[in-house]
Amino acid sequence: MTRHTKLVTLLVLAALIAVAPLFFPSAFYYRVGSLVFVNGLAVVGMVILIGYAGQISLGHAGFVGIGAYTCALGPLYLGIHPSIAAVLGAILSAVMAWLVGRPILKLKGYYLGVATLGFGVLVSMVLSKEGAITGGPDGIAVPDLGLRGLLKDAGLNLTNAEFWYAFAGLALLLGAWIALNIYNSPTGRALRALHGSEVAARTVGIDVPRLKLQAFVISAVYASAAGSLLALQNKFITPDAAGFMHSIEMVTMAVLGGAGSVLGAVFGAAILTILPQVLTVFQEYEYILLGLVMMLVMIFLPEGILPSIGRRLRGKSE
Amino acid sequence: MPELMQFLLSGITVGAVYALIALGFTIIYNASDVVNFAQGEFVMLGGMITVFTYAAGLPLPLAAIVAIVLTAGVGVLLNKLAIEPARGAPVVSLIIITIGASIFIRGVAQVVFDKQLHRFPAFSGDAPIAVLGATILPQSLWVIAGAMAVFVGLYLFFTRTLLGRAVLATANNRMAAQLVGINTKYVMTLSFALSAAIGALGGVLVTPITLVSYDVGIGLALKGFAAAMLGGMGNPKGALVGGILLGIIEALTAGYISSQYKDAAAFVVIIAVLFAMPNGLFAKGSTDRV
Repeated sequence: MTRHTKLVTLLVLAALIAVAPLFFPSAFYYRVGSLVFVNGLAVVGMVILIGYAGQISLGHAGFVGIGAYTCALGPLYLGIHPSIAAVLGAILSAVMAWLVGRPILKLKGYYLGVATLGFGVLVSMVLSKEGAITGGPDGIAVPDLGLRGLLKDAGLNLTNAEFWYAFAGLALLLGAWIALNIYNSPTGRALRALHGSEVAARTVGIDVPRLKLQAFVISAVYASAAGSLLALQNKFITPDAAGFMHSIEMVTMAVLGGAGSVLGAVFGAAILTILPQVLTVFQEYEYILLGLVMMLVMIFLPEGILPSIGRRLRGKSE
Repeated sequence: MPELMQFLLSGITVGAVYALIALGFTIIYNASDVVNFAQGEFVMLGGMITVFTYAAGLPLPLAAIVAIVLTAGVGVLLNKLAIEPARGAPVVSLIIITIGASIFIRGVAQVVFDKQLHRFPAFSGDAPIAVLGATILPQSLWVIAGAMAVFVGLYLFFTRTLLGRAVLATANNRMAAQLVGINTKYVMTLSFALSAAIGALGGVLVTPITLVSYDVGIGLALKGFAAAMLGGMGNPKGALVGGILLGIIEALTAGYISSQYKDAAAFVVIIAVLFAMPNGLFAKGSTDRV
């Protein structure tokens, strides 16, 4: 990827975010849009971990949970502003990722999968069992961010849905910009090198454990930020945000769109976020269709949807 | 002391179910290097199909056999339609395919059956048997005996029969196995059928104790996966020991520490074990091919 494609990616993303509302018939669409961006942000983090570094995590929703619950509990118990709480959540996630990542990133493939899975399960379990503090399985209210009120005072009057659409969109753009910069940086090159072959990477002097840990921590911060946004936007959060199914969703979104590319990540997030909204019409068959989509895409478009389509368009068969 | 005995007995019962699921994981992993996250759905199908065929008037043993055979068929279909076409895909894709299959099967079960909890009567009544001051349900003995029988059967199959060795050969090196005349496609089909049948058997055995509904699969799959990992993936002995160990750890945690965190204990132990022994309890040393 050259600097040129980085610019193109960001411009395409910005254009999509800016133009889409022209076709929105109701506030509901803004809401789905902002959900796409929030999930997209988390999945861009997964791209750094899976796509760049080639490591898998089946427990990243744990970090989403940490980010989300810090926004709920920080203001409640520490009296801090929700925005400070979001930053605190990101720091907490980074520290957790660092502590957890050091031992478990030695593991490979399925073993890494089960260890990260264990971490995610533990986080969601604490969130739902410590009901006295976290509100338990029924969830907990999250205070208002207050930014919309400030904008209103400054003369910019947005509806709640519009505000969160714009805010999440900007957050996604920022996240994408950072991820694209990492891709071209020495760190990004080293990550891709160890993805290709750990042994080869080590022989050319790359500190493999340190880099894996970096990718793990960065992706955890992305997940945490997405969790904070989700909590603040919904003004409510439940332990499901940290659950196993959410972790799987995040991995699926990343791989579905194309794990190597930021745009693919956003595309994957869009599909898996919008699909259930459409499928509520077929309520009974929602699971069947979701499972079917996951299998079919992975069987017939193993590189993910965007890269496979791109290849078709360029007319290269292999 | 009777307390400890009671916890151990219930731990071994639950552990035997985990062991059955872990054995299922092991067979498929051995033949194809795929960790099949839909393994828990086989248990669910075993229980659910038995419930509904029994309710339709079939005698219980026949209903159980029907359930096991049908589930084995589902396993074969899963292999033919989803795993075989994705041959050689990376680990992440395979995880997503099998989880997709798991969600799909759950969705179908929800439509075909219903969303209620079900059970059918225990095989040998519900009168608890006293053992060293503790009690055990006759059905628990069935579960434990089932797991042992499957383990012994598999052990003999893999070490004493030509077909079993063909499965191991396929696992070791698919190409080489093909070259010496092993029909690796048949081996794959067989592994999925066997694995699904074992899962279904687990479902049939445990339903009178734990009940069954369309959504029990994923939780069981995670526990079985963890048990298989604890013992070391691909090793039947590891699957058995890992499963029983996991069940006992859970029961002890529930009894002595906190019943809320019994699921947590399992994962804490697994992370600790993997930390010390990155390839599980029964791993042989592994080397990377460069």
